[in-house]
Amino acid sequence: MITELEMEVLEILSEDARTSAERIAVMTGKTEKEIETVVRSLEEQNILLKYPAMVNWDKVDREMVEALIEVRVTPQRDEGFDAIAEKIYRYEEVSSVYLMSGGYDLLVTVRGRSMKQTALFVAEKLSTIENVLSTATHFKLKTYKEAGVIYDERRSDQRLAVTP
Amino acid sequence: MNYNEVLCRRVAAVPPSGIRKFFDIVSEMKDAVSLGVGEPDFTTPWRYSDAAIYSLKKGATHYTSNWGLLELRRLIARYEAERFQVEYDPAKEILVTVGASEGIDLALRALVEPGDEVLVPDPTYVSYAPGIAFAGGVCVTIPTTPENGFIITEESLRAAVTPRTKALILPYPNNPTGGIMDRGQLEAIARVLRGTNIMVIADEIYSELTYGGERHVSIASLPGMRERTICLNGFSKSFAMTGWRLGYACGPREVLAVMCRIHQYTMLCAPTPAQHAAVEALKWALESDFEDVRRMFREYDRRRRFMVESLNRIGLPCHEPRGAFYVFPSVKATGMTSQEFCERLLREKKVAVVPGDAFGELGEGHVRMSYATSMENLVLAMQRTGEFMQSL
Repeated sequence: MITELEMEVLEILSEDARTSAERIAVMTGKTEKEIETVVRSLEEQNILLKYPAMVNWDKVDREMVEALIEVRVTPQRDEGFDAIAEKIYRYEEVSSVYLMSGGYDLLVTVRGRSMKQTALFVAEKLSTIENVLSTATHFKLKTYKEAGVIYDERRSDQRLAVTP
Repeated sequence: MNYNEVLCRRVAAVPPSGIRKFFDIVSEMKDAVSLGVGEPDFTTPWRYSDAAIYSLKKGATHYTSNWGLLELRRLIARYEAERFQVEYDPAKEILVTVGASEGIDLALRALVEPGDEVLVPDPTYVSYAPGIAFAGGVCVTIPTTPENGFIITEESLRAAVTPRTKALILPYPNNPTGGIMDRGQLEAIARVLRGTNIMVIADEIYSELTYGGERHVSIASLPGMRERTICLNGFSKSFAMTGWRLGYACGPREVLAVMCRIHQYTMLCAPTPAQHAAVEALKWALESDFEDVRRMFREYDRRRRFMVESLNRIGLPCHEPRGAFYVFPSVKATGMTSQEFCERLLREKKVAVVPGDAFGELGEGHVRMSYATSMENLVLAMQRTGEFMQSL
């Protein structure tokens, strides 16, 4: 079980990963040492994995496409879906793999430089993995909102500057 | 026309709000960081807005009952019972108002005869004294200090009560001081009031924002106090719905009947779409164990700690506020008046804070800073205020 302080630290860092231990200490009423210990422990437990930035790649002029691929598979005896998932997520091209409920089994996100390159990866690598029954590839055209952030929203304060 | 003779002297004599004056100066400034805002920086959760839009689509664009939608009053009754352990009859004891502000006006007009005295802590929110004046009453202040956490004590209350005392305005958690009153402290003033005909007007608009693990205690929940208390609350602060203008008053039916009569003739009813949004807000809150409220609360609490620590570090002593979303540090050490401090901080460092004297005589020597703004803004504001203090 995660402690209340750990939860608090996770919440602060998931909002802004740059928040220093010193500031988290002030915000939570703990010492800097305590916060450092909590962060280290969360990292060791593989709960805090990485501290990436959120980028709107649509605004960056570079060749990149992202595809969501529905994959239907035959689960294997003893290993279920995990073994097939691993065969898929080992590829560097694959940025995420989820086990899904519903009409298909795995949802795979693939990043590539072009639609062709990505489609070829799916055809040559993914579809040919043993026990993969079928794939359906969807290319992402535009991101409206991700992880709670609306991409095209200007964050302007609409309030009056001074109110009672 | 000689407007001096045209205008009602009692009303025209009320000075404009000190906050308003400062607002005009701030508006001229480009890129000032404002800690002057007395409303949440969170936008109304979409779920509530959508409920209002849906109600409009369905054609719910008419007047409601003078008392407000019965469904809303039932939810308010549940909310008050669950959160503050006070039972009200949704039919006769809960009135939906246009913000808690209308509730203040209704309560004062329902109670005050010309010359009646109404007690108000000093410093406090700007609207009470003018409201008392509009109702023909006399505002009598009860001094509060940072040393006692800006609360009203038994002694200070006894010293202020006279045979003409009609009501006590009890605005806790307090704007601008952040003071709260716990059960014991409320019990002490309840002792003075029981057995008198003095009514309490408890402005509980910040009741969801008390820090340090203590829940707000409504004075109406104390033995013998429900019959002498009008509780005012609303959706502005707890549910980030300031612009919707929706609040409510609860209390003894005899008093609420008269308040409703004023409301009936002057306001008719609170805005219908806002009432539908509030129904959704309360339903969701009761269903989700106050998820939205708690999310905002946790964020305020972090900012509050940051502000108190920063201010004390840069040489602006600050008692620990235990409620609302304001800090009220002292600027006496700088040798400046509140007004001078605020004007210089604004002109030299582009940080807008509100001079404490806007909240009463005893607010002089303090400034109000609101932490209802992003952490980034707070960090920037504290950095600039720190530089300002160094430059003195």
